Amino acid sequence: MTFKQMFTSSVGKKLIMGFTGIFLVLFLVVHAGLNACIWAMDGGVMFNRAGHFMGSNVVPRILEVGLFFFIFLHIIQGYMLTLQNRSKRAVGYAVNYSKGSKWYSRSMAILGTILLMFFVIHWKHFWVPSRITGVEEIKLPNGVEVHNLYAVMQETFQNIWVVVFYVVSCISLAYHLAHGFQSAFKTIGVHNKRYHAMISCIGYGFAIIIPLAFAMMPISFYLHWVN
Amino acid sequence: MAHNNLNLKLKVWRQKNANTTGAFVKYDVNDISDEMSFLEMLDVLNEKLIVTGEEPIAFDHDCREGICGMCSLYIDGKPHGPWEANTTCQLHMRAFKDGDTITIEPWRSNAFPIVKDLTVDRGAFDRIIQAGGYVSVNTGNAVDGNSLPINKDNADASFAAAMCIGCGACVAACKNSSAMLFLSAKVSHLALLPQGEPERKSRVLNMVAQMDKEGFGSCTNTGACEAACPKEISIANIARLNKEYLRAGLTAE
Ligand code: HEM
Ligand code: SF4
Ligand code: FES
Repeated sequence: MTFKQMFTSSVGKKLIMGFTGIFLVLFLVVHAGLNACIWAMDGGVMFNRAGHFMGSNVVPRILEVGLFFFIFLHIIQGYMLTLQNRSKRAVGYAVNYSKGSKWYSRSMAILGTILLMFFVIHWKHFWVPSRITGVEEIKLPNGVEVHNLYAVMQETFQNIWVVVFYVVSCISLAYHLAHGFQSAFKTIGVHNKRYHAMISCIGYGFAIIIPLAFAMMPISFYLHWVN
Repeated sequence: MAHNNLNLKLKVWRQKNANTTGAFVKYDVNDISDEMSFLEMLDVLNEKLIVTGEEPIAFDHDCREGICGMCSLYIDGKPHGPWEANTTCQLHMRAFKDGDTITIEPWRSNAFPIVKDLTVDRGAFDRIIQAGGYVSVNTGNAVDGNSLPINKDNADASFAAAMCIGCGACVAACKNSSAMLFLSAKVSHLALLPQGEPERKSRVLNMVAQMDKEGFGSCTNTGACEAACPKEISIANIARLNKEYLRAGLTAE
């Protein structure tokens, strides 16, 4: 058996979804943690410093390459898996069986599509200015010049529709994670009942807390809770 | 106990053979005792059809006592009908109310082609078993069972997995037509026992390869299979299957 055979079988494809999914979950922790610096109530000094660290240090930059690779792998594999799975039942049922499973577990690709649209817009808002088109610089109290991403956030989130779109995306993320978090661990082979109960519990908590934290960011700027 | 007779309307999928397109046909069945089984109700209808010169409805069944896995039927949007942990042959008409319309469809999956009406070809499952769902032993005297101690928890978990009767309801219920609940039951019940150890790795790799060849989908852990399974096979077995596969795949030569 080659590695190619191993990761292209029906189980192997899921292993890729599971491992990339868990990597994305870890990324969300880091991302939410850094962004939470906006609530330091210091006019964005701590946030901009954190942003500067991520942009200038070599480790996050290497991880960023991995992140892009895994996101694309997850998205492409996700769509291929969904299409292949759909093609396995040429004639459908007259009455659908919906009682045995949760709607969001059956809608991972739709929730993922909302997330993909979000990524495109989100990259346009922050990643592109920060890396390509440029962001106005600001001097930190210690004298270092950094991108003023805080100001970009302030400005972006004055538009109510942007805020609404971010919040809707966070809701999609919540449901994607409500199924995905625990599913990923099943996929990579955690079958021990005790561990699984624990993982499910952490998964639901994660699916609420992380998207809620993200959703509070645009809301905080829009309502001027932070300035 | 009060005995009731039911008058029902049926919407049954009729299809001449694999190469024709089928359609729903409506039937009225009257004076059905609520003590009858679902298959007996279909027997009554078939007797009537035979008398009137119509082709009787083809459906699978064998033991009619919930142990063989031959009966199928997707009844009102659920494999094996409305009861939990139950086979169609053990479904009784008291599950329905007078005047109900019952929709009866065959298992739907490309891997289970329709033979006729409600009968599908589940040979794919047999070929998956042939690919590795066995242990190889020399013939001769059976060894003393007590010479091979087995941890009680493993024995119980193995037995729970071995309950699978290979009916295919899990495939029918799954939005991905995935056979992984079935496969995971077959892989687990041997992986948990010392007798299964020698072929543990080749078994899981070969059975997964055969499953893919048959055209089943990939599990996304929705849990529909577990909810439809007449033998309450746990979806935790699928996680065990994934572990067995990962382990075998990473360490295979
Ligand atoms: C921050 C972003 C994302 C995170 C944290 C995430 C996380 C996850 C996790 C943990 C799983 C479960 C994997 C498994 O069951 O083995 C999953 C599955 C999936 N994701 Fe994502 N995902 C994200 C973005 C996306 C995007 C943008 C798409 C776009 C199409 C997508 C599509 C899917 C699909 C189709 C599945 C498979 C459904 C399943 O296996 O049940 N995901 N995701
Ligand atoms: S796992 Fe359950 S539903 Fe699937 S074939 Fe076995 S007994 Fe039938
Ligand atoms: S006919 Fe044997 S299980 Fe139903």
